[in-house]
Amino acid sequence: MKTIKKLSILFLSTLVFLGCSNDDIPIPVNEEEVITTLTAVLTPVGGGTAVTLQTRDLDGDGPNAPTITVSGPLAVNTVYNGNLTLLNETESPAELKNTEIEEESNEHQFFFEVTNNIGSFAYRDTDGNGNPLGLEFTFTTTANTGSGNMTITLRHEPNKTAAGVAEGDITNAGGETDIEGTFSVTVQ
Amino acid sequence: MKYYVLIITCCLLQLVNSQNCNSKFFGEVHDFHDGTPIIAAAIYLENLDKYTTTDINGKFSIDNICDGKLTIVVSHLGCETKRLDVLINGDTFLEINLEHHIEELHEVKVEGTSSYKLTKTSQESLLKSQAIERYSAYSLGDALKQISGVSSINTGNSIVKPVINGLHSSRIVVMTNGVRLQDQEWGIEHAPNIDLNAAGSINVIKGANALAFGGDAMGGVIVLKPSSISLNDSLYGKTIISGQNNGRGYSLNSSLTKTYQEGWYVGAQVSRKRFGDFETSNYNLTNTGLSSLGFSMNAGFKKFEQGFNVYYSYLNNEIAILRSSHIGNIEDLVNAINSQQPLVVEDFSYDINSPRQDVTHQIVKAEFYKRYKKFGRVDVQYDFQNNQRFEYDVRVGNDRNKAAIDLTLKTHSIRTSVKLDSKSNTTYEFGVNAAYQNNFANPDTGVRRLIPDYDKYDLGVFAISGLRLNEKINLDFGFRYDFNRIDAKKFYQTSRWLERVYDEDFGNLVIEDLGSQLLTNPVFDYHNMSGSAGISFKTDDHNSFIFNYGLSNRAPNPSELFSDGLHHSAARIELGNLRIQKETSNRVSGTHQYKKGPFSINLEAFYNHINNYILIEPIGTEQTIRGAFPVWINKQTNAALFGIDITANYKINEQWSFNNKSSFIKGRDISREQALIDIPSFKTVNILGYANKKWLNFNSELQSELVLRQNDFPNNNFEVFIPRTQEMVLVDVSSPPPAYHLLHFQSDITIDLSNKTNLNIGLNITNILNVSYREYLNRLRYFADDLGRNLMLQLKLNY
Repeated sequence: MKTIKKLSILFLSTLVFLGCSNDDIPIPVNEEEVITTLTAVLTPVGGGTAVTLQTRDLDGDGPNAPTITVSGPLAVNTVYNGNLTLLNETESPAELKNTEIEEESNEHQFFFEVTNNIGSFAYRDTDGNGNPLGLEFTFTTTANTGSGNMTITLRHEPNKTAAGVAEGDITNAGGETDIEGTFSVTVQ
Repeated sequence: MKYYVLIITCCLLQLVNSQNCNSKFFGEVHDFHDGTPIIAAAIYLENLDKYTTTDINGKFSIDNICDGKLTIVVSHLGCETKRLDVLINGDTFLEINLEHHIEELHEVKVEGTSSYKLTKTSQESLLKSQAIERYSAYSLGDALKQISGVSSINTGNSIVKPVINGLHSSRIVVMTNGVRLQDQEWGIEHAPNIDLNAAGSINVIKGANALAFGGDAMGGVIVLKPSSISLNDSLYGKTIISGQNNGRGYSLNSSLTKTYQEGWYVGAQVSRKRFGDFETSNYNLTNTGLSSLGFSMNAGFKKFEQGFNVYYSYLNNEIAILRSSHIGNIEDLVNAINSQQPLVVEDFSYDINSPRQDVTHQIVKAEFYKRYKKFGRVDVQYDFQNNQRFEYDVRVGNDRNKAAIDLTLKTHSIRTSVKLDSKSNTTYEFGVNAAYQNNFANPDTGVRRLIPDYDKYDLGVFAISGLRLNEKINLDFGFRYDFNRIDAKKFYQTSRWLERVYDEDFGNLVIEDLGSQLLTNPVFDYHNMSGSAGISFKTDDHNSFIFNYGLSNRAPNPSELFSDGLHHSAARIELGNLRIQKETSNRVSGTHQYKKGPFSINLEAFYNHINNYILIEPIGTEQTIRGAFPVWINKQTNAALFGIDITANYKINEQWSFNNKSSFIKGRDISREQALIDIPSFKTVNILGYANKKWLNFNSELQSELVLRQNDFPNNNFEVFIPRTQEMVLVDVSSPPPAYHLLHFQSDITIDLSNKTNLNIGLNITNILNVSYREYLNRLRYFADDLGRNLMLQLKLNY
C-alpha cells in the first residue's frame, strides 16, 4: 500500500509539467534580401521618349504573380542607354539594392535576351575583374518593326569565365537566378 | 573514567566472543521477484574457503563458524552473483534475495554489451557493438541499413535519415539512452542528432508495437543503448581511429569507463570527425565536407535492487551541402537535371561553405529505479534536450554570413513506469510520459520563419502486458493514450492566407493584422489511441512464428501544419496545411523463422494501412520575380504499404559463410490509385564471408549490393512556360535513376597485445569498382552522382 502511495505521487508530479505556458508575441520578419522590383529605363541616346520596363512582386515568394509593365513602344534604329534599378519595397522607405550588387559585382551578372531579332545588347559597365556586370547597358534596335520578348536575368555566382558568358550568353553561366523578368516590347 | 572502563570492557567482550567458534550460520535464499526459494544455490565462504548449497526449500546451514566478519558469495545459474559481508555473532540467520528471473536470461553479456531484444512478439532486429563500430566513421542511418527492411533517405551522403519499411522522419521514434530524441526530426534534410559511437547496441523494432516509447511510431522505433556496466572493480575503454581516402578525412572515438564492485560507475566518451569534399567516380562534390564533435558523460550507481544514472551528451555537426544544389528558380533546376555533372566542380577543399547546416544537440538526463520485493521495478526519469539548428544559405551583402534558419527547440520530459514482474509468467508495465516543448524561430535571420514559434504539450499513459503461456508461446498486449496540444504563433503573408482560403475557415485565429502579414495563433488538440497485440510461438525445434497487430495515431508535425517557404535545393515552395488531421495506421505483420543446422532464414512480411496519410505533392506553379516555382502542399490520402524482408544465413563450413538480405516494398495511394512517392526500391545484398581464427582471428566479407530501379512512382513531372524562350519545358522531377550494382569488401584481424588489451585492424573498401550511380532516395540525385570508391583503414584498440 505504501508503495502504491509513493507511485501515485510520482505520477501526479508528471502532470505538473502541463502548467507551463508562454505568451510571448513574436516579432514579424521583414525579408531583408528580397528584391521586389526591377526597373529598366531605356533612354534614347539622341533624345526622345524614354521607355520604362518594370517587374514588381510585393509578396515575394507569396502566391501573387509579379506585375509587369512596359511604358511604351521602342523606336527602330535607335541606340538606348539602359539603367537598372533594384528595390526592396517591403521596407519603408524602399531599400535600393543596386549598392549590394555593385559591392559584390564579381559575383553577379545580368543577362539580356530578346526574341524576334528586334535589337541587340551590349554591356556598359564592368565588375572588379573587368568582366561585364550589366547594371548599365545599351540596347540597339534594328530596322525591324514588330514585337518581341525582352528577358532580363540576374544570376548570382555565375561562372563568368565560361564560354560566351562575357559576351552575355547565359547558356553556360550556371549560378542561381535571383531575378528573371520577361517584358513584351514592340518596336515601331 | 567510567566510560573508559566501559569501552575496555566492550573490547574485551568482543575479543572473548571472537574466539567463540561454535556459531551456526544459516539462512534462506529467495527469488527477489516472487519470493520463491532457490534450490541448489552455491554459498561460498570466501575467508574460510568453504562451500555449501541450498536444499529443496532454499535453506542452508553451516556449523562451527567463528564469530566475526564473513564474506560470502552466493551464486546460482541464471542469477546475478551476489557478494555479501555478514557479521557472525552467535547463531546468525540471513535471508538472501537473488535476482532469478527467466527474462533476465536475455542479458547474455556479449563483448561488454547487454544486447538483447526488447520485445518478444515484434519484428525486431539487433545491432551489436561490433556491427556498430564498423560504421564508426559514418552515421546512424548508414549503420542501420545492415538490417533488412531498413533503408535511408538522404540529402547527399552526410545527411542520412533512417527509413523503416518505407516510413521515416516523424513516423519513427529514436530513443537514445532512454531519451526520446526531439531534434526537428520532421525535415528530410534533418538527420538524427545521434553520435553513433556512444551506442553499445541498437534495437530496431518495426511497426508501432513498442508502446512504452510512443504511440505515433507507425514506422518503428530505434533504441540506442550505451554499453552495459559490469559490476566489478575495473577500468576499461576503447579507441577507434579510422582514415579514408574519399573525403580525405578521419574519424576518432575514444571512451573510458571506471566501475566499482559496490555498483558505482563513471564513464566518458568523445568523438571527432573531419572530412573534406567527397568525390564520385568522376568528379569532386564541391562543398560536401563535414566536421563533427561529440562527447558524453555517464555516471551513477547500479545494483539489482536500485540505481540511478545521470547523463549528459553534446553533439555538434557542421555539414556542407553540395554547392550545386542551391538553385534560384525552375530554369536552374531544368539546367541541373539536364546537365551530366554538377554546375560547380572545384578542386578538393576542407572548407565548409554555404549552403551548410550547423546543428548542436544537448541532452541532460537523470534516471532513478528501485525494485520492490515481490512487486516489481519503478523507474523515474527526467530529461532535457536543447536543439540548436542553423542553416546557412547562399546569401548576399551584409547577410552573407547570417543563418537563414535559426531554430532553438527545447524539450523537457518526465517518464515514469512501473513494471510488475514478480510472477515469472506474466509481466505488466504501466507508465506516464509528459513533455513540454518550446520552439523559437529567431527573427534576426531576415528570412520569414519556415517553422513558427510554438509550445507543445504531450501527455501519454500506457499499459503493457506480457504473458508467457508455456515454453513455446508468448502473448503481448498493449494500450496507450496520448494527448498532444500545439500552440503556435505564426505569421502568414496576407496574400497566402487569402489564396489558401484560410480567412473563411480560420478567421478567428488572426490576432494581429499587419497589412501585408497576419499574426495568427493556431491551437490544436489531438487525442490519440494506440494499441498492440502480438503472439510468438514455436511449432518445433526449427520453426517459430510471430504475428502482431499495431494501431497507431500520429498528430501532424509543425512542418506539416505550418511550413511556409522556398526550398532552394528543390526549387519549390513548400506549404503546410492547417486543415490536416491526424493520421491512423493499422499494421499487421507475420514472421517466420526457420533454423536447421547451418541454415537459418527469417522472413518478415507486413501490411500497413494508413488512413489520412500525410504527404506533400505539387498543386501548380506560381510566378515570382525570380521566375516560376512549383508549389508543393501537404495533403492527406489513404495509403497502403506492404512488403517482405528476408535475412538468410548459411554456414558452409568453419570458414565460409553465405548471407542474403533482401527487401521488397510497395507503397500505394489507395484513394487515387497510384504509387506513393519516396518508397525504397527492391534491394538485395549477398555476402560471402571467410573467417579463420588461426590467422589472428581473420574475418573478411565480400558484399554485392543490387538496387533495382523504382518503377512504381507517382508522376509529379510538370511543364513550365519559360517566357524567355516562349516555350513549354518539361521538368522531370519524378523519373527514378537506373538500377545499380555495387561491390564492397571488409576485412579485419585482431592482435592480442596483453591479456586485457587487443588491437583490431580493419580494411574496408566500398564501391570497389568505382561505379557511378544515383539513388532514388537521395534528394541531391538531380544534381550529382553518389559516392565513388572509398578505402578506409580502421584501428580499434580495446583496453
